[in-house]
Amino acid sequence: MGAQLRVYKRRIRSVTATKKITKAMEMIAASRVVKAQRKVAASTPYAQELTRAVTAVGTGSNTKHPLTTQAETVTRSAVLLLTSDRGLAGAFNSNAIKAAEQLTERLEREGKQVDTYIVGRRGVAHYNFRERTIAESWTGFTDEPSYADAKKVAAPLIEAIVEKDAADGGVDELHIVFTEFVSMMTQTALDARLLPLSLEEVAAEAKPKGEILPLYDFEPSAEDVLDALLPRYVESRIYNALLQSAASKHAATRRAMKSATDNAGELIENLTRLANAARQAEITQEISEIVGGASALADATAGSDY
Amino acid sequence: MAAELHVELVAADRQVWSGEATLVVARTTSGDIGVMPGHQPLLGVLESGPVTIRSSEGGTVVAAVHGGFISFADNKLSLLAEVAELADEIDVKRVEQDLERAKAEDDAEAQRRADVRLRAASAAR
Repeated sequence: MGAQLRVYKRRIRSVTATKKITKAMEMIAASRVVKAQRKVAASTPYAQELTRAVTAVGTGSNTKHPLTTQAETVTRSAVLLLTSDRGLAGAFNSNAIKAAEQLTERLEREGKQVDTYIVGRRGVAHYNFRERTIAESWTGFTDEPSYADAKKVAAPLIEAIVEKDAADGGVDELHIVFTEFVSMMTQTALDARLLPLSLEEVAAEAKPKGEILPLYDFEPSAEDVLDALLPRYVESRIYNALLQSAASKHAATRRAMKSATDNAGELIENLTRLANAARQAEITQEISEIVGGASALADATAGSDY
Repeated sequence: MAAELHVELVAADRQVWSGEATLVVARTTSGDIGVMPGHQPLLGVLESGPVTIRSSEGGTVVAAVHGGFISFADNKLSLLAEVAELADEIDVKRVEQDLERAKAEDDAEAQRRADVRLRAASAAR
């Protein structure tokens, strides 16, 4: 076999192996998307009921709560960025990070200090590499987040907004940047203000137009109910964002791996063509060598006849 | 037909139980409360404790609930819990082990949780 041909054959073998791997990763990601979507669906009843309850307290009483009170001057905001632990998901992480950076820039232009909280190794690595400060970060659960993880993430954020003054590290508002799972093909990175909650917005989301909420009897009191309810609401929102982010990550992985598999297939096809051409060239060369040799021999014997 | 109310018992990550019931007893921070059809709209904070649902088919459903809310309006009762388990799902042996461990480690929180689950499991029997 010629050297050229051997090189092509080796490359075809290695690309075929890569293709098998990406194909497997594609299928794993596809099954994980379905699982993640199911988790999103399973968490919906809780989120819906919670939203209803928050609306009920918000409209049924005039209770003030730090989580719903807009600070007069916002000096410091927190941005919670949700990325994934692992890459190989196309532009998934860079889109989320870009969205967070745009938001940070906007907030800083408005004269606010920004504290960044990050979920996922990719985001942490990005910020560490650029030597930016991270207020707090969590890693290790982005593929399958549980409610306990959401609680862990929410706790310091709620504390920062409820208990501390801006002077000693407290924040006045909380933004969240995550990747919304629109469909299998579309996932969009978006930012939303989570806190302070605007009760009107929650209400608009919760009830169909025209429905009048009943006057609730609060047990033990409206303040206590709100005290207990709002942190849970924030946790459930963060949980939902984590789940959507996980579903989006798997969908992005599936898509990236599908195009990798397609590209590998194309590469194999091209290489096979080149290998065939190289083999043909080799054969042609051999034939012309034989023919050339034979005719030279024939010429030589023909000459000796004279 | 006896009056009924619709009950949804949901945990943070799943729907635990849903159906029609005639009476629901739950523990709020200010004491046990029983809700029957036609109750005044109510929104309360739940303590860790067993929740008893008398379903309209005649059976009784007991669940261990750890923190959450009860809300009742328009004959629809929602029990929201961060963690909720039906009594049938509770593995008594494991909970007893958990309780032992919690006692050994002096973890009051875990001890209370295990206790609630045991009580719910025994109430169902």
